[in-house]
Amino acid sequence: MTTKRIVVVSSGLSTPSSTRQLADRLADDTATELRERGVEAEFQFVELRDLAHDIANHLLLGFAPPKLEAVLESLGRADGLIAVTPIFTTSYAGLFKSFVDLIDPDALTDLPVLLGATGGTPRHSLAIDYAMRPLFTYLHAVPMTTGVFAATGDWGTGGDGVRSLPDRIRRGASEFAEAVDRFDRTAVHGDPFALDRPMGHLLGGLAGE
Amino acid sequence: MQFGIFSVSDITEDPTTGVTPSEAERIRAITTIAKHAEEVGLDVFALGEHHNPPFFSSSPTTTLAYIAGQTERLQLTTATTLITTNDPVKIAEDFAMLQHVSGGRTDLMLGRGNTGPVYPWFGKDIRQGLPLAVENYELLHRLWREDVVDWEGRFRTPLQGFTSTPRPLDDVPPFVWHGSIRTPEVADQAAYYGDGFFANHIFWPASHTQRMIALYRQRFEHYGHGTAAQAIVGLGGQVFMGKTSQAAKDAFRPYFDNAPVYGHGPTMEEFTEQTPLTVGSHQEVIDKTLGFREYVGDYQRQLFLVDHAGLPLKTVLEQLDHLGEILPALRAGFAEGRPADVPDAPTHASLVAAKYGDAEPRQPRPRANRGDNVTGGSPYQDTSAKPAEPVGRSGSAFGPAATRTEAVR
Repeated sequence: MTTKRIVVVSSGLSTPSSTRQLADRLADDTATELRERGVEAEFQFVELRDLAHDIANHLLLGFAPPKLEAVLESLGRADGLIAVTPIFTTSYAGLFKSFVDLIDPDALTDLPVLLGATGGTPRHSLAIDYAMRPLFTYLHAVPMTTGVFAATGDWGTGGDGVRSLPDRIRRGASEFAEAVDRFDRTAVHGDPFALDRPMGHLLGGLAGE
Repeated sequence: MQFGIFSVSDITEDPTTGVTPSEAERIRAITTIAKHAEEVGLDVFALGEHHNPPFFSSSPTTTLAYIAGQTERLQLTTATTLITTNDPVKIAEDFAMLQHVSGGRTDLMLGRGNTGPVYPWFGKDIRQGLPLAVENYELLHRLWREDVVDWEGRFRTPLQGFTSTPRPLDDVPPFVWHGSIRTPEVADQAAYYGDGFFANHIFWPASHTQRMIALYRQRFEHYGHGTAAQAIVGLGGQVFMGKTSQAAKDAFRPYFDNAPVYGHGPTMEEFTEQTPLTVGSHQEVIDKTLGFREYVGDYQRQLFLVDHAGLPLKTVLEQLDHLGEILPALRAGFAEGRPADVPDAPTHASLVAAKYGDAEPRQPRPRANRGDNVTGGSPYQDTSAKPAEPVGRSGSAFGPAATRTEAVR
C-alpha cells in the first residue's frame, strides 16, 4: 500500500505559534481519519518563518535557494496540502501569499487542500472564504468546504460552546482525509525541464494552425 | 575554447561614490572595455540589447561595428539580440552587414527578452514570446540561406520574392547561439537547428543549468547534428578578482549589495554558494571556472560579466587585466582531458571551410536592377533566374550534419 504524502504549511510568525498549533491539530486528526480508512500518511511540516529570507530572495532573484526549492518540489509530489495562516489586516499573512506566489502554477492542480486560519476574534473567520479559498481555486486546487478558523478564544473558555474547535477540526480533517484517499497523483507537476512542446510541434503550428 | 566578456550595458550609480556616468561616458567606456578585452587576450565581446533606461545598448550592431573598426581579432557578438520584438528581416540585414564590415568576426545570440513593456512598445504580446521566437527565427534562418524568400507567417507582414541584402559574407550565415535562463523549448530550438546554446548561468543554481544543458545536448544528438558531447555550449559567469581573496570581497561587496539584479537580496556569500559568482583570488576564480565542466561537460565559450552594477571604468579595466593574467591557466585547464572530437566554437573561417572545403567561397554579384525592386527569380549573376532551392539548412559546421546533403533541419 502506498503512503500518502501530506505537506503542512504554517505561516505563523511567532514561536510558539497558535497557527502552528492549529496546523498540528489538523494534521493529527487527518492522520487519525486516514488510519481509520486504512491509509498510511507521512506529514511534512513547513514553517514559512524559517523560509522567510529564502522566500524574499526568490521573489527578488527568480530562483529558489536549496531549502525552499526542496519544499516547492515536494508540493508538486504531494497528495494533500494543509495550509494555515494567521489573518492580518483582513487577509492571509503577506508571508503566506509570497510563498504561494512562488508555487508553480500547475503544481496544485486537483490537489485536496484543507484551509485553516487563526485570528484574534471570530469576526475574521470569513477571511478563509473570501481570501484563502479564491487563491486556491485560482490555482485549480480543491479546497475542502470546511475551513477551520481558530480565534484566540477558541483555545480557552471563550470558544464556541456548541460547535467547538476540536469538532470543527475533526470535520475538516474528515473531508480532507476522504479527498486525499481518493486523489491519485499520477503525474509530478511543476518540472521546469519538461519539454511540453518540442520544436517540430511548435514549427508545425506555423503551417498547420 | 573561447573566453570573453558580456555586457548588459547598464548605466548604474557607483554606490561608493554616488556618481552615475552619463550615457556619453558609458558609451565611450564600452569601446575602451572591448579594446582592452582584446589587449589582454580575450576572444569574445558580447553586448546586450535594451530599449529603456538605464541601459544604452538599443543598437548593438552600430556599437559592435565601431568596435570592429577599433579591434583586429575580437569576435563580436550579442547577449542577447531580441528575436521576439525585432523584425527578423532587419536582424538578417544588420548582422550580415556587421559580418562584412568586421571581416567575419561576427556571431549573435538570440533571446526573447524579459522586459515586459518592450513587447507592446514594438507591437507584440509577451504571452506570444515563444511562438514569436520560433517563427521569427525560422524566417531569419531562411533569409540567410535562400537568395529569394517567399514567406507567410502569423506575426510578420508576408514577403514575396524578397532578398535580404547584403548576402552573408562568403554566403555563410553568422553562427547563432540561443540564450535562455529557464526555457527548455529554447534549448530544443537550438538543438533543432544545430545552433549553439548559451546558458546565462549567473542567475540560476548550477543544478538547473546542468539539467538545461543536458537537455540541449540530448536533443542536439536526437536531431542528428552530432553526439551530445559535440553540441556547442556557452556559459555565462561572473567574477571579481583581487590580489587576495579578502581584498576582492571588500572591494566588490558594496557593488554586490546594491546591484540592480540581486542587490538587497541574498548575501554575497549565499549568492556565491548558489550561483557561479566568484569573488576572490585568481586561484579561486580558476578553480570555480574549471569546475563548470564537471556539470555541463566540455564546452566552447565562457563569457564573464565584469562591467555592471556601477563598477567604474578603471575597475573594469583592472578586472580585465586580472582575467588576462588567469587566461593561460584557464586555457590549459580546459584543454586538459578534452576529447579530440569535441569541436571548438564555430568561427567564420571554420564555417567557410566546412561549406566550401578548398573551393573558393561564393561571392554573389547582383544582376542589374529590373526596376521593380522585387527579386522574382535570382537576383544574382551566379544562379539561374529560377527560384533557388533551399541549401545547407542544417546549419552545422561539424559532425555528421556538416557533410550531410539532405536537409534535416
